[in-house]
Amino acid sequence: MEEGKVLSQSVQQSAAAYAIIHEKFGAAVSAFDANETMPFFEVLDTGLWPDIALFMRDHAKLKFNYMACLSGVDYQAEEKVGIVCNIESLGLFNHKLAVKVKCARNGGSIPTVAYVWHTANWHEREAYDMFGMLFTGHPELRRILCPDDWEGFPLRKDYKVQESYHGIKVPY
Amino acid sequence: MQELDTTGLGSVRVTRKSDNVVVIEKDLATEQMVLAMGPQHPSTHGVLKLECLTDGEVITEAVPYLGYLHRCFEKCCENVDYPAVVPYTDRLDYLAGMNSEFSYALAVEKLLDIEIPRRVEFIRVIVAELNRIASHLVAIGTYGIDLGAFTPFLFCFRDREIILGLLEWASGARMLYNYIWVGGLAYDVPSDFLTRVREFVTYFRPKTLELCNLLTKNEIFVKRTLGIGIMPADVAINYGWSGPMLRGSGVKWDLRRNDPYSVYPELDFNVPVPDGKLSVVGDCLSRHLVRAFEMDESLKIIEQCIDKMPSAEGFNPRSAIPKRIRPKAGEVYSRAENPRGELGFYIQSDGKSTKPIRCKARSSCFVNLSAMKDLSKGQLIPDLVAIIGSIDIVLGEVDR
Repeated sequence: MEEGKVLSQSVQQSAAAYAIIHEKFGAAVSAFDANETMPFFEVLDTGLWPDIALFMRDHAKLKFNYMACLSGVDYQAEEKVGIVCNIESLGLFNHKLAVKVKCARNGGSIPTVAYVWHTANWHEREAYDMFGMLFTGHPELRRILCPDDWEGFPLRKDYKVQESYHGIKVPY
Repeated sequence: MQELDTTGLGSVRVTRKSDNVVVIEKDLATEQMVLAMGPQHPSTHGVLKLECLTDGEVITEAVPYLGYLHRCFEKCCENVDYPAVVPYTDRLDYLAGMNSEFSYALAVEKLLDIEIPRRVEFIRVIVAELNRIASHLVAIGTYGIDLGAFTPFLFCFRDREIILGLLEWASGARMLYNYIWVGGLAYDVPSDFLTRVREFVTYFRPKTLELCNLLTKNEIFVKRTLGIGIMPADVAINYGWSGPMLRGSGVKWDLRRNDPYSVYPELDFNVPVPDGKLSVVGDCLSRHLVRAFEMDESLKIIEQCIDKMPSAEGFNPRSAIPKRIRPKAGEVYSRAENPRGELGFYIQSDGKSTKPIRCKARSSCFVNLSAMKDLSKGQLIPDLVAIIGSIDIVLGEVDR
């Protein structure tokens, strides 16, 4: 965080919410990135992500009851893939936070939070479909937008489209 | 309660409810059947397949299969410049192109941190609200058709045609507008446009009442929707519902009011939420009512915008558009209230490229539809049609 920078009210709210999470989980979460467009923190200990999620949802001063979005991201330079979750407290405190969770690019997995927020169910399926990370404990982890027998993960930066699909030429 | 086996067909359970009511249940084994609804089915509003596991006429489980209309929106975005994404956003929710463009433009502008001329903001709100009415008209009309009411559909499409005509006049296209650009607009509105919009508002206001008398008060329609597909508020929030779906469950949440953008804070409008007098809060009828009442609010917004709009003198709709759109490195998640709920864009920029590194569309229909499994459990097949219709999905946005 830059010194002397005046943060907007919404970022201050996010920072206050982060402080509570940091107090509980300490080194498992990274430092808070207080940017104006999307303040976020990263979960460093991937295994603790469901615990953090439950804590965020149920703590009396946090009550992050609404997951707005969960996007998969390919961090090619770091040899990682990850998710970015935009979570907020709808109608209660109205604070927002983004959480990043990363895992290894090949064969990496992230524990699911589909039981914490139902929104995550389909979004995690989509992230798996497009980026290929596994979500351990997910109720039905299968492709959602692509066909079940599609090869590769389309939104990875190094994705090469398959030559043919059931005898149909794919690249045109 | 007694259990007898007198018929040889399995046990018979006799329960005495009161003095003169006796319930006899026969424990007959029924076989479950798989019924595929769609992908080509008129009531799925596009290419959605629902695989229903049915026990008689009762649905035990309905699993949605999507992706038939997947057009790789997010992959396309990574290969074109920021302004070139706008036409693709039209094709997400093709019934509300203006709203989708608006949401995308807001996201990139937030990343660029630029100021937009006031007249541009007002024009954006006017076209977006007009498009919202058009979209709700399709939702209401087709919902009527789903439940066997054909006439309201014709009424709705007659009025929607006027809106499409207006928007065509402004942008040159009927549905896929490419009108709201990042940082401005493609063109200013035609000189007579606002007068015509005002005429439309005057014309359309009594029509909402007519539609209400025709459909919303129709006894058959009410019987088909009242108390069907009830979603409690807390579950709706947990499912990430937004827009009319969430308001139908009684949560007063509208991004135009609760997370305001553009000029919405200056405008006076209500957020209609069912109070339980006309419907059971959270059922299909509530969601329909929210849409029906919202059209009136949109009319109010349009009128206020016309009144408050700065004059066209010396106005250039492209004055704030940067020569080259290259945001500094960073990420943004920005959303706007679409007719179907919260349409958000997560955009990641690396600061060097003129193309987004990642552009994810958070589709409202996709999220709303994900509750299908819970909503359909234990419902009758005809009620399933009522439930899908009340979710008001546009498969273009679900599959992206």
